[in-house]
Amino acid sequence: MDLARLTQVDPTTWRIEPHGEMRVLAIVYADEALVRDIDDKVYEQAVNVAMLPGIVKASYAMPDAHWGYGFPIGGVAAFDPSEGGVVSAGGVGFDISCGVRTMLTGLSAADILPVQRALAESLYEEIPAGVGSKGSITLDAAEMDAMLAGGALWAVEQGWGEMRDLERIEEGGKMSGARPEYVSERAKERQRREMGTLGSGNHYLEVQVVEEIYDRAVAKTFGLAEDAVVVTIHCGSRGLGHQIGTEFLKEMVITAAEAGIALPDRELACAPIHSEVGERYLGAMRGAINCALANREILGHYARRVFRHYFPQCDLRLLYDVSHNTCKVERHAIDGEKRDLFVHRKGATRAFGPGHASLPQALRDAGQPVLIGGSMGTGSHILVGRETSEQKAFSSACHGAGRALSRHAALKQWSGRAIVDELASKGIIIRCPSMRGVAEEAPGAYKDVGAVVEAAEHAGLARRVARVRPLICVKG
Amino acid sequence: MDPTTSSAAAARWEHFPHGADVGVRGWGATPAQAFEQAARAMTATVTDAEVKSHDRIKVQCEAPDLELLFVEWLNAIIYEMATRSMLFGRFAVRIEGTRLTGTLWGEPVDVARHAPACEPKGATYTTLKVAEDPSGMWSAACVVDV
Repeated sequence: MDLARLTQVDPTTWRIEPHGEMRVLAIVYADEALVRDIDDKVYEQAVNVAMLPGIVKASYAMPDAHWGYGFPIGGVAAFDPSEGGVVSAGGVGFDISCGVRTMLTGLSAADILPVQRALAESLYEEIPAGVGSKGSITLDAAEMDAMLAGGALWAVEQGWGEMRDLERIEEGGKMSGARPEYVSERAKERQRREMGTLGSGNHYLEVQVVEEIYDRAVAKTFGLAEDAVVVTIHCGSRGLGHQIGTEFLKEMVITAAEAGIALPDRELACAPIHSEVGERYLGAMRGAINCALANREILGHYARRVFRHYFPQCDLRLLYDVSHNTCKVERHAIDGEKRDLFVHRKGATRAFGPGHASLPQALRDAGQPVLIGGSMGTGSHILVGRETSEQKAFSSACHGAGRALSRHAALKQWSGRAIVDELASKGIIIRCPSMRGVAEEAPGAYKDVGAVVEAAEHAGLARRVARVRPLICVKG
Repeated sequence: MDPTTSSAAAARWEHFPHGADVGVRGWGATPAQAFEQAARAMTATVTDAEVKSHDRIKVQCEAPDLELLFVEWLNAIIYEMATRSMLFGRFAVRIEGTRLTGTLWGEPVDVARHAPACEPKGATYTTLKVAEDPSGMWSAACVVDV
């Protein structure tokens, strides 16, 4: 991104002053090195988002921002329905409610190492991953609707999860306002055999060990200590979310024109929140959020089964489950006035600070866990929302490392086999059906996640608590 | 041969880079042929292996203009790939006005043989372009979310 087009506020805050059709300014949170590396397309997309009707305060780009569809990935924007605000299918993205959950094992690296290879094989066997993998769950029409309405609570009621998990999932594991009848038959058909599958691309299940603690007090509250082993799952709403995104994107391109909304980019397709299409999208999208919450709960259950086989005393306790592709109604204070806003986070994680009412009692004093996926070589981070998060970007933070190189470029540069061997020499076991898939997801194709979370911390979006390194990575 | 580009005949395809995903582009003497080639490019995002023409599936779609019709076409293939757990290696397209009729030839995914690298989730409007160049060659391109 061209620094000359930005106004630097402090070392990690950059403004794009309103110009042209922008209704508000845009703000990029990143250090200078990251800003230089961010694609010019992110500038364009952050500016375009600032042009949408009813946007409040600013269009934000997180430190891991990269070129997305309409919205930048790593984009945050809130809209006020009383000011003609919109809901955007492009602003949520295709993989609705894609997110991350981390579970505590109570084990240490020394417990894992003797069985590391066997455990990797068992997880790879039990967790359906990648194209052509088959889940063991098939839903009929009634079960589909119950899942779309019930989310992780539905999964628990079916015996695929634990009741105590629910308070550690956003929305208590069940997104209200879901309307299964607004989800098309084609979307439901795509999901019929997909529950409890990981998907592909950058989705993964990892067994990780805590390598470094940054905030000892919060780490203790989270149940994290050096050498502790956790299980982290990254995936979303699978075929259902993609189909809903695809269908509403197409519909909103047409209806936006009819509603008199000039779209700077077709991918910004949106509808007034208070419109027939807008309400239908919200009902379907919330169903997809429940689908993702249920899916991660089921995958967590599968991981529990495998761990119990190797460690009969082990019960994986959920630390937290976050979604990073969503639109949610939240109350935020704007100039001292409480307003209900439709907050879009596209590749951005909610980061509620200490004291937030939605947090379970055990976490309330500390703040919300913010789970940041890295690459399979460099590890991941666990952050916590802080007091300043609210003022900075409606309590939002980054969601991952963000890609530095395209799949295309990664494929030219790396061989999957060489990466698997190199990571094995560092004690990381990769299981993936495709060596080409491994090459496309090469650690070197990602930005330095350490720099991303450091910038997020410096900008006041969230604070670092712990860094974890993979021991096992199952990829789709 | 570059593994991400087909042979340099009149009808051909390529991949082009996009941030986290991948762009597909097909060329042909007609829009229909360009659509067929772009579909081959999409399959090649998933596998480098041969896809056998064991089964034949018909799809139909409709859109107000050629560009939106191109996205509909790719999304129709994605839907069949996902719900049938199949890959398709050969395509025939007929376009009449705003309607497209397509035939897909393929086979069930064989994880060991196809080693699928990724899963197309949806065709997007990003870098979407269907156009004829001065020599009369058609191209059709967009980014596919994988």
